[in-house]
Amino acid sequence: MREEILRILEKNSRIGIDELAVRIGADEIAVANEIKAMEAEGVICGYHTLIDWEKTTIETVSALIEVTVTPQRGQGFDVIAERIYNYPEVQAVYLMSSGYDLLVNMEGRTLKEVASFVSDKLSTLDSVVGTATHFVLKKYKDHGTILAKKKTDEREKLVL
Amino acid sequence: MRDPLSKVTVALKPSGIRKFFDVVNEMPDAISLGVGEPDFDTPWHVREEGIFSLEKGRTFYTSNSGLIELRKEIDSYLTRRFDVSYDPKSEMLITVGGSEAIDLAFRAMINPGEGEEIIIPQPSYVSYEPCAILAGAKPVIIDLKAENDFRLTADELKAAITDKTKILVLPFPNNPTGAVMERKDLESIAPIIEENDIYVLSDEIYAELTYTDKGHVTIASLPGMRERTILINGFSKAYAMTGWRLGYACGPNSIISQMTKIHQYAIMCAPTTSQYAAVEAVRNGDKDVEEMRDAYNQRRRFLINTFKQMGLPCFEPFGAFYIFPCIKEFGLTSDEFATRLLMEEKVAVVPGTAFGDSGEGFLRISYAYSMEALKEALGRIEHFVGRLRESI
Repeated sequence: MREEILRILEKNSRIGIDELAVRIGADEIAVANEIKAMEAEGVICGYHTLIDWEKTTIETVSALIEVTVTPQRGQGFDVIAERIYNYPEVQAVYLMSSGYDLLVNMEGRTLKEVASFVSDKLSTLDSVVGTATHFVLKKYKDHGTILAKKKTDEREKLVL
Repeated sequence: MRDPLSKVTVALKPSGIRKFFDVVNEMPDAISLGVGEPDFDTPWHVREEGIFSLEKGRTFYTSNSGLIELRKEIDSYLTRRFDVSYDPKSEMLITVGGSEAIDLAFRAMINPGEGEEIIIPQPSYVSYEPCAILAGAKPVIIDLKAENDFRLTADELKAAITDKTKILVLPFPNNPTGAVMERKDLESIAPIIEENDIYVLSDEIYAELTYTDKGHVTIASLPGMRERTILINGFSKAYAMTGWRLGYACGPNSIISQMTKIHQYAIMCAPTTSQYAAVEAVRNGDKDVEEMRDAYNQRRRFLINTFKQMGLPCFEPFGAFYIFPCIKEFGLTSDEFATRLLMEEKVAVVPGTAFGDSGEGFLRISYAYSMEALKEALGRIEHFVGRLRESI
């Protein structure tokens, strides 16, 4: 039941418990309890909205920053990762397998904001030995959703 | 001038709901639940393989039977999914959709003018009867019953068999009812088929869209049935590949080789691009099929639940992507109900009678639509049903 619930919620977190229960053929109370349990266990970490900021009047700048660091003895990358992810403007931090160490996804209001974050905050951290900042020019697809175009039904209206 | 036409062709019944089709197509704001094909796009890796084959210049005919690579993959697929195996070299033919395979099988097996009979359970897909007539056979219709969940029973089959019976069409999972035949159902008709020495054309195009725990069972996997069964399947429904026009037939070499002969003269070979794409589909597409099946199953449960709340009787269908609710309480024919629903609420569904007289009093509702479209349409149907009940 867990996997079924998660697969549906992952795509539509606004679905009602009643509809969710019908769709997976389970009892409503059981589904509600399962969701509560998963929230408590941290399996479900949050419910977010996917926004195409391009279509709003609100200016945002998104950047992916490659960060090379010197891992700290005894603590590996975790301590430096924490120092980075605590900044609220940082959307995501991943430890990577090759090329560089941490990938930081950052959102700011202006180019300048991102640039000063990198030069003032990120680069000045003791264990950071290098950064490479890539600005996002256009988001085609995000979180599994294609932002560029809306799908239309092009089928004939009646087919036997 | 002489009459240029064939009497047999002219006498074929035209599709009963042609007019209805025309009205629907002229209503741009109508929501349709009338489509018998998946709403999903063909998985990208499959499309990509088709594109790649074009880039590589693979634009020639394939062998008449189809790419051997594809036939081998199909054999391995049928073995892992349905526990039947066919020799890719001699017991398999790649066709232009499952529909071509139906036509070929009838023509390869029927002696025209000798009164041979093909038993066709209805409601079912619209092609069996005309194809049987064109092949020179006499169609014998079994009217399936709602009280049997539209499954074929041993008694119904026995009653339809005569000494002229040659082929039984087994259209399960069924379009338009969504009915399936489980193993026990097949086991109850298999001895009758064997005793009466008849052949089975098992149209399993919706096999992958089966929602029972045990999944689809092919009659060919039952003892004694493989040698008298033509198994038809294809890529349209399972992999959302309707427009690629690709299906296949498997069966005893004696029949398949004669079908291949007709196919060779009439068609040459199935589309090459589609065949290359299909190799990828059948080799690496199990996960896509599973995901689509899960999505259909969720919509199916949603529809059954909604119709239950509306108080419209509807047996639980375990196959395909249709439900088949009963509308007899309103005293309207299926045609009248569907026409009024279209005119008054702008929702298009297919009257059950499009699939045979025994579909009277029922509607075919397709759930090959997004949940959003289904919710909107079901809301309108509920409104319509409410108004009808008030007026009775």
